Amino acid sequence: MDMILIPVVNMTPILPEIFLSVLAMALLLINVFVPGRQKSYLAYISFIGIVAAAVLVGSGWGSHVESFGGSVVLDDFATFFKMTFLVGAGLTVLIADKYMEREECNHGELYSLILFAVVGMMLMASGTDLMTIFLGLEVMSVTLYVLAGFNRANKKSNEAGLKYFLLGAFSTGFMLYGMALIYGATGTTRLYKIAEVVGQMTLPSSNIMLVAGMLLMMTGFAFKIAAAPFHMWTPDVYEGAPTPMTAFMSAGPKAAGFAALLRLFLVALPALQVEWSHVFWVLAVLTMTVGNITALRQDNIKRVLAYSSIAHAGYALVGFAAGNGTGIAGILFYMLSYSFMNIGAFAIIILVAKKGETNGNVSDFAGLGFKRPVLAVAMTIFLFSLAGVPPAAGFIGKFYLFSGAIQKGYIWLAVIGVLNSAASVYYYLRIMVFMYFKESTEDFEWVHVTPPVALALIIAVAGTLILGIVPSVILEYAQMAVKLL
Amino acid sequence: MSNVLSLTTFLPILGVLLLLFIPKDSKGVLRNVTLGVTIVTFLVSLIILTGFQSNAEFQFTENVPWIAAGPFIMRYNIGIDGISLWLVILTTFIMPIAVLSTYTAVDEKVKEYMICLLLLETGMLGAFISLDLFLFYIFWEVMLIPMYFMIGIWGGKNKLYAAVKFFIYTMVGSLLMLVALIFLYFKGMEAGITDFGLLNFFSLKLDMATQIWLFLAFAFAFAIKVPMFPLHTWLPDAHTEAPTAGSVILAAVLLKMGTYGYVRFAIPLFPDAAQKFAPLIATLAVIGIIYAALVAMVQEDVKKLVAYSSVAHLGFVMLGIFAFNTEGITGGMLQMINHGISTGALFLIVGFIYERRHTRLITDFGGLSKQMPVFATIFMIVTFSSVGLPGTNGFVGEFLILLGAFESQLRWWTIVATSGVILSAVYMLWVFQRVMFGELDNPKNQKLSDLNVREVAIMVPLVVLIFFIGLYPKPFIDKMEPAINKLVAQVHVSSVNAQAIPDAEMPAGHPGMEQMPAGHPGMEQLPAGHPAVEVPSSPHAEPVVNPHEAK
Repeated sequence: MDMILIPVVNMTPILPEIFLSVLAMALLLINVFVPGRQKSYLAYISFIGIVAAAVLVGSGWGSHVESFGGSVVLDDFATFFKMTFLVGAGLTVLIADKYMEREECNHGELYSLILFAVVGMMLMASGTDLMTIFLGLEVMSVTLYVLAGFNRANKKSNEAGLKYFLLGAFSTGFMLYGMALIYGATGTTRLYKIAEVVGQMTLPSSNIMLVAGMLLMMTGFAFKIAAAPFHMWTPDVYEGAPTPMTAFMSAGPKAAGFAALLRLFLVALPALQVEWSHVFWVLAVLTMTVGNITALRQDNIKRVLAYSSIAHAGYALVGFAAGNGTGIAGILFYMLSYSFMNIGAFAIIILVAKKGETNGNVSDFAGLGFKRPVLAVAMTIFLFSLAGVPPAAGFIGKFYLFSGAIQKGYIWLAVIGVLNSAASVYYYLRIMVFMYFKESTEDFEWVHVTPPVALALIIAVAGTLILGIVPSVILEYAQMAVKLL
Repeated sequence: MSNVLSLTTFLPILGVLLLLFIPKDSKGVLRNVTLGVTIVTFLVSLIILTGFQSNAEFQFTENVPWIAAGPFIMRYNIGIDGISLWLVILTTFIMPIAVLSTYTAVDEKVKEYMICLLLLETGMLGAFISLDLFLFYIFWEVMLIPMYFMIGIWGGKNKLYAAVKFFIYTMVGSLLMLVALIFLYFKGMEAGITDFGLLNFFSLKLDMATQIWLFLAFAFAFAIKVPMFPLHTWLPDAHTEAPTAGSVILAAVLLKMGTYGYVRFAIPLFPDAAQKFAPLIATLAVIGIIYAALVAMVQEDVKKLVAYSSVAHLGFVMLGIFAFNTEGITGGMLQMINHGISTGALFLIVGFIYERRHTRLITDFGGLSKQMPVFATIFMIVTFSSVGLPGTNGFVGEFLILLGAFESQLRWWTIVATSGVILSAVYMLWVFQRVMFGELDNPKNQKLSDLNVREVAIMVPLVVLIFFIGLYPKPFIDKMEPAINKLVAQVHVSSVNAQAIPDAEMPAGHPGMEQMPAGHPGMEQLPAGHPAVEVPSSPHAEPVVNPHEAK
């Protein structure tokens, strides 16, 4: 008797995703059934959930499991990135509560949305099929559109949400078109199969459909990671979005974008590496330079960090252009470091700002250095790390990224990179100039460090310093993660 | 006592931890604890001095793994030889003096100031003892941070501009050096070198084109720090705006990072390129000597004058180093220490006078010697030292430098540079005359008090050293000479080898060879019996590995 064959699906690779989805839905229900305006408990539950998910993800280290017919994989590469997302999300939920309370938009859905976004990112990192990657990307993007416009009473937040949605949808179009062309050229959406088919082509770079598909996908991802010249949305969205969401967007989705991009290009299109590494070379130079030069003239601190985050995507692209073990591991390490230092910096911005997102100019930090020395020292550590000054995580990250380029022979790319780094020092120093060198009558009496924010700051500072002073272990993990690609 | 070098380096950090527990209002305690920490650090460093053997080897070495990931292995690899020994001692020696000078000068944010001073000390010591290129880079960069805050928080009117300029200038140079450093590592990897250890790279033979690029990147970073003309413009700003202790440390130690960088890294790592660029660097050094002296002459602000005199003095140091013979480099090394003592002392003197009058304009003074005899005496001794009068330390250093440079290919440069000695006498004696002699006509100056006990205590060690080195430099030179001889041998062995390699071994049309004219200017003028060319008998000639054989 014939039996209907139900494919055996191994759920292990997506256990953390399932766990977080269930948690997110549970939070929605809890939010509805527990009365009261106090929503802090949701932040705590989310944080505990994220820690649990991290344990779950961590336990998968070292394994290599494919599932869903080869469209999802659990490998070290995915695990490393998932950890990075969880670090970003964990820090975000810790700093979100205080902000939402102050801005009176403390709606419980926030935490569910963050968790859904993380699920999307995780799918992007572990997807080995164009479809899975796209699904993950959409789950992430749609929640981010909502998160960007989450403070619905605030005009700028609305603008951010709408702008992000319109441009995001547009870029998604590019990406889908690119995926369709690649499917057309190769007849499959599985990354490994694409690699096989492309590998058998005599001259893949002359296959117009394939190259066009690659370039269109690149465009779509360039938008997601805010690489120049597709970065125009970033400053407005980062400025308008609620600050914790800006922090989250600058760390998590960017890392997810890189995760998918890396897997796509390294697994599916290694045959075209010569071609795409040139494109990334140009993208890297443009992105670094545009980000840094425009950041020099900003006064709003969120905009400073928004432009700087463009520049940081550029540094990561340097590693991508290199495309070798050193550079790629550098990207993984840098994304993790960036989550710590950038969200840490945003946490300080949240503390210093006042209701209605005021007090957010660089000059509003005047006098912080001696009025609130501990916070100022934390901010100084984050800023030096962002500037790439040792002994902080940002330096080691950049060291590996630029080393990758040098190893590959792209000396000029590394030189342009370090010169950009030197230029970036100026605007990071400028914040410190205000914090320490300018006197102010403000006493910062409104700055209250709540326990969750304190925890976030401690984690961020510890992460930034540990990754900077004893980076060996994490670097080794990053390199193991890259090796199996 | 095997960790005495680490102990010296990180004692100040322990001091910082101690300071964190002292309330910020007990300024006296903060100052005394910092002073105590720096004195203990100095005493511990004396253990190094007494235990140091006068040979060319690195001593008190420690070497443990630190970062190992991917293509890179970084180690905590430290040690000192005769070249770094005196700079370490100079640093630990100058720190208590710098701290003592802040007792009345700094009254705001004392705790933060002391923390900066101590962090700076660790940074400087770390840079001098690092034998791992990566570790060196870390310390080199870390040093910037406390200095940046010192200028920016406690500086004068233009402090923001000066602080940011200082930071970015240095950062640009060092980042390019970082690229060169990584490139060098990959070159080394091809030759089988597995970590960033400096000594590994000494035996690495690089072709001329590579050497030139790498040397330029290193030399640029160090030239900014020295600072050499025309990259010196950050220095007068930084010096003028920095608080006294900051200026003292900047002049006495931080600038030495640049010259030390040449001696320790740029020259022995890329000896052929160093030889090739010696005329250019000597030219810049000589221009620096003359130009800075002329600019110093017309300064109205005493502190700015001293700052420009620094540029001139370091020009001499660079000239001595690039003579590539024992006399020149010994003179250069000695002059680094002398400059630390005499210019440090000059900045302290400016600080004393500024604290009393809150002005540094030369025209505001005159006839002070009548009112402040002790001050006048000390100022005069320091002036003589700075000018290089025989009997003071400055003379020994400058004499050796000029002697060495005259014997080398840099003869004509030396002749021009010698006029700088005269110019320095002109501006230093002139400023001394205008400040100390003449009519005591300004009523504000008539009530000035002479130096107090603390201030005399600050100056006495410096004055003692001025005469000690001036009259009996032997102990200093004895300890540094073996290391310097080794360096000289490294430079000359390499250039001999570079010439000896037949063209056949080099790929045809190799860019490196085209740039090496057959009659390399450096070689012709080396007389056969030159003391530096002890190559055949030197044991250090052997380990040089020729990559053409190694492959």
